[in-house]
Amino acid sequence: MLHTVNKSPFTNNSLDSCLDCVGNGAAVLLIEDGVYGALKGSKVADKVKAAMGKVTIYALSADVKARGVADKMIDGIKMVDYAGFVELAAENDKVHSWL
Amino acid sequence: MSDTKKFLYVNRKAPYGTVYALESLEVVLIGAAFEQDVQLLFMDDGVFQIAKGQDTGEAEMKNFSPTYSALGDYEVTKMYVDKQSLEERGLTLDDLIHLTYEDEDDDYAEKDSIRLVSREEIAALMEEQDVILSF
Repeated sequence: MLHTVNKSPFTNNSLDSCLDCVGNGAAVLLIEDGVYGALKGSKVADKVKAAMGKVTIYALSADVKARGVADKMIDGIKMVDYAGFVELAAENDKVHSWL
Repeated sequence: MSDTKKFLYVNRKAPYGTVYALESLEVVLIGAAFEQDVQLLFMDDGVFQIAKGQDTGEAEMKNFSPTYSALGDYEVTKMYVDKQSLEERGLTLDDLIHLTYEDEDDDYAEKDSIRLVSREEIAALMEEQDVILSF
C-alpha cells in the first residue's frame, strides 16, 4: 500500500498521523510541501527515521529540488522522479492520499 | 451489479471551517446507494464532525450532523473513531452523537455503529480495504 503526504509537517499533522497508521512494508511518498518531512535534524526527523524500520519512505525529487533541500534529506530517503511516482502508484494495490 | 468493494472514507477535518466534511458525507451516501461496503473513519479534527449538540442556527450554516444518524438506514454500520484523536481533544465517546443501526441478522436489534480504534488497528483497517478516500 502507498501513502502520500503533501503537507508540511510543521503546519499540519498529516505526516504524524500517517506514520502512526502505516503497516509493515508500506510505502510513504512525500510530495509538494510534504517533502519538508524528510529534512535532517528537524523536530519530526526522529519519528521519520523510526518509521523507516518498517516502511520505505520516498520523496519526489522535483519537489525536493524546487525547495532547495536536496542536500538536507535524511539518509535512506529514496528520491523518485515523476515516472517513479507513477510506478509506485501502479505497483501498490491501493493509494491513500493524506490531505 | 458488479462486485461489492470495501470503501473506507477517512475524515480528518473539522466540519464547518472547510467543505471537506460535507463533501465526504455526500460521497458516502453515493457509495452506500451503490450498495458498496462503506465504512467511515474519523480521526484528527474529523472527530468533531460527529460531536453532539451542534447548533448552526446563529452561524446560518446547514447543520448536517443529523445525517450521520441516518447512515445506519443506508447499511453504513461501521464508524471507526481514533481513540487518540478523541483524547488529544479532551473528548470521550459520550461527547459524540450516539450512532446506531438495526441489525437485520439479529431481529433488528439496535446496535452501536461507533467503534473506538487505536492507530495500530487503523493500519490494519486500511490494509484490508479495496479503496480509501480521504477528506
